[in-house]
Amino acid sequence: MAANEAIKLRNNRLAQYYGMFTVGLIVISLIMGALELVAGMPQAWIGWTFLMLTMGMYAFIGIMSRTKALDEYYVAGRNVPAIFNGMATGADWMSAASFISMAGTLYALGYDGLAYIMGWTGGYVLLALLFAPYIRKFGQYTIPDFVGTRYGGRWPRLVAAVSAIIVSLTYVTAQVVGVGIIMSRFIGVPYEWGVVIGLSGVLVCSFLGGMKAVTWTQVAQYIILIIAYLIPVTFLSLKLTGFPIPQFSYGVALQNITRLEGELKISSEAPARDGTGRIIQQGYVPAYNEGLSNAPAVTAVGQINSYFGTRFTPPAAQSIPNTTKPAEEIQPDWRGTPWNFLALTFCLMVGTAGLPHILIRFYTVPSVRESRMSVGWALFFIFLLYFTAPAYAAFARWEILQNVVGKEISSLPVWTQNWSKLGLITQRDYSTLEGRDIAKLPAWAAPQVTSGALVITDANGNGKIDVAGATFSESEVDGKKIGTFGELSGTAITKNSTDGILQFGELNIDADTIVLATPEIAGLPYTVAALVAAGGLAAALSTADGLLVVISSAIAHDFYFRIINPKASLNTRIWLGKSMLIVAAVIAALLALPRLALIAQMVAWAFSMAAASFFPVVLLGIFWKRCNGPGAIAGMVGGLSVTIFYMASNYLNPSFNVLGITHLASGIFGLPVNFLLCYIVSKLTAAPSQEVQDLVDHLRNPQLDDDLMTELAGTKGKVAAGAH
Amino acid sequence: MSDTKDMDRQQRINAYWNENNRLIISLLVIWFAVAYIPPLFINQLNQIRIVGFPLGYYFGSQFSLAVFVVLIFYYVYAMNKLDSKYHLKDK
Repeated sequence: MAANEAIKLRNNRLAQYYGMFTVGLIVISLIMGALELVAGMPQAWIGWTFLMLTMGMYAFIGIMSRTKALDEYYVAGRNVPAIFNGMATGADWMSAASFISMAGTLYALGYDGLAYIMGWTGGYVLLALLFAPYIRKFGQYTIPDFVGTRYGGRWPRLVAAVSAIIVSLTYVTAQVVGVGIIMSRFIGVPYEWGVVIGLSGVLVCSFLGGMKAVTWTQVAQYIILIIAYLIPVTFLSLKLTGFPIPQFSYGVALQNITRLEGELKISSEAPARDGTGRIIQQGYVPAYNEGLSNAPAVTAVGQINSYFGTRFTPPAAQSIPNTTKPAEEIQPDWRGTPWNFLALTFCLMVGTAGLPHILIRFYTVPSVRESRMSVGWALFFIFLLYFTAPAYAAFARWEILQNVVGKEISSLPVWTQNWSKLGLITQRDYSTLEGRDIAKLPAWAAPQVTSGALVITDANGNGKIDVAGATFSESEVDGKKIGTFGELSGTAITKNSTDGILQFGELNIDADTIVLATPEIAGLPYTVAALVAAGGLAAALSTADGLLVVISSAIAHDFYFRIINPKASLNTRIWLGKSMLIVAAVIAALLALPRLALIAQMVAWAFSMAAASFFPVVLLGIFWKRCNGPGAIAGMVGGLSVTIFYMASNYLNPSFNVLGITHLASGIFGLPVNFLLCYIVSKLTAAPSQEVQDLVDHLRNPQLDDDLMTELAGTKGKVAAGAH
Repeated sequence: MSDTKDMDRQQRINAYWNENNRLIISLLVIWFAVAYIPPLFINQLNQIRIVGFPLGYYFGSQFSLAVFVVLIFYYVYAMNKLDSKYHLKDK
């Protein structure tokens, strides 16, 4: 049992390293905090120190794990212990969106946002029960490897590789945007520089050591991100409730939210809307309030036109329910029904299980047994963050209802003023327009001028809006109430919107604000905010790392080695992999520069697409022996077509919908189509070859035999009977 | 259950596979029930409050997540037992 001893020793050593790392991180944070409070260290220095230390750490791990061995480069040598693979999977999975934006989404959506919390955790149950052990048993390098071997021929592999690249590239672009934003906000470098610095950090690590370096960096990144996520909200909980476990104490916040919403008359029946009629705020706990709207599509098209100089016609803005329409024209809005919520939860779960960068993590463990265990650990580590996110949202909601809404704009809490200056908190009271250049209206007011709801009369000709000391008056023209307030007039001008008091409906908070502002709300020193930034950076970089590996291996392994040149030498394959890594990173950076809203949208769509393409094909590949290549292709193509059709139609025109299900959950229609087509076409065509059927039998046996599987998956594909 | 030692290798794998599938299905039933049934009764559940948490909200934000974690660890435990029972344990 010498081998076992060696493994034990290695695991102990790993635990020691990461234990030391954790302690070091805490000690450094404490020292920085002390330096800030006692010696008055400037904020920029603190930000830079955290940045340099964490990036330096990632580079160090990357250099230590540099490798030229193919197995290490693609699958970390297949010797990552379950618990560490769990942490790596957690960091791989939790992206900039999970870390920074999810709490803000929950803040805005209330119960409806829980679809993301349940969806992005429940998917791991599917992953554990249906995929992980078999993927490990299969024991190759990529997900297209599985599809290609199981379904035979080039086409299935090609379709799978192209899908993997498209999904991963949009996803990695979103991470790069996240990196740029965090860097620019906390270090004060321009966004573009933030992108470059961040990406070079990713590259140092993945270029030198491939999956091996990525894995060990991700473990460190998980530790940073979870500590950074838990600390601020723990202190906020202590401050607001006197109890330091936010996950249990935010019930009090929910209670206060309900009470304050009652006092402020915020309800789901009469939700607050922004200038375009889109619902922005409603009751927090009551469920299923979201209406349908194509506002994101209108924004996205406008952004593309202005950035690329194209002239796509944006769709006419539509919101359902639309209160400005006469009663007989009002379309059913499906609010109050659970269908969209259920469909979205389901798509997110199934999509999670079908994402290639998560699936490949299960190639890296030593055995089938460990692969099962590592999904358990992965979900546990993810759970720690997702279990906490609703607490962030509830505390922020409470704080805002209590201390911000209904207060005079001139005397809002300091943190609100700070984030308003950065443009992350918008106050839509017209009194805030005092002194603004008419040519430079804020984004919320400009469309109102275009639509005629707001008229600016520059009476004194100074090019600025003058409303100081003005009083509100109202007159009726053609049955419409027209308000006048200083140099402003129009239907948008009402008593409430000019009174200098911040109503709930006048307040818009960027989703990123909640997590980023919590240290400030809790009255913590800037060091904690810098730690949160480092955590957000870790979340974005770790996900980007994993995705870049998927893209480079899809090109170098699946396209080049498997399809174009099966005789390529090991060296060529590794070098091609490394250069593809850089190409993919550069493309992602270029895609990230315009900061298109469409990118975030595409990431959300990736789940529906993965659900309608990969999921059924991989599932049937393991659990239904009779499933064959033509069936799989028909299923993937059919499933994706239906999904994309529904997605595009509903995105542009929300009155196209079934049961009020939005484009985000369009996979719910493609998934059954995929299963059905796959079944019918498989039944109508010949059964898969004996070799493939044997392969499926092997997959179901948990005893590892990597050599046999490699032979089965290899281009030669001939196996002697009873090769065990 | 008869002693699995008497079965030949393929028989063992088949029996193992059937038990594996039964386990997966029963765990998926729990998974489905926990995730998709409470949202149907959300308004009724939210009438009940536990330490401030409306019950329906609590199911979505905490209870279901915890059940997911437990389900996977139970699956790990049950499968390890199954591996030994059919002598398919990895070396």
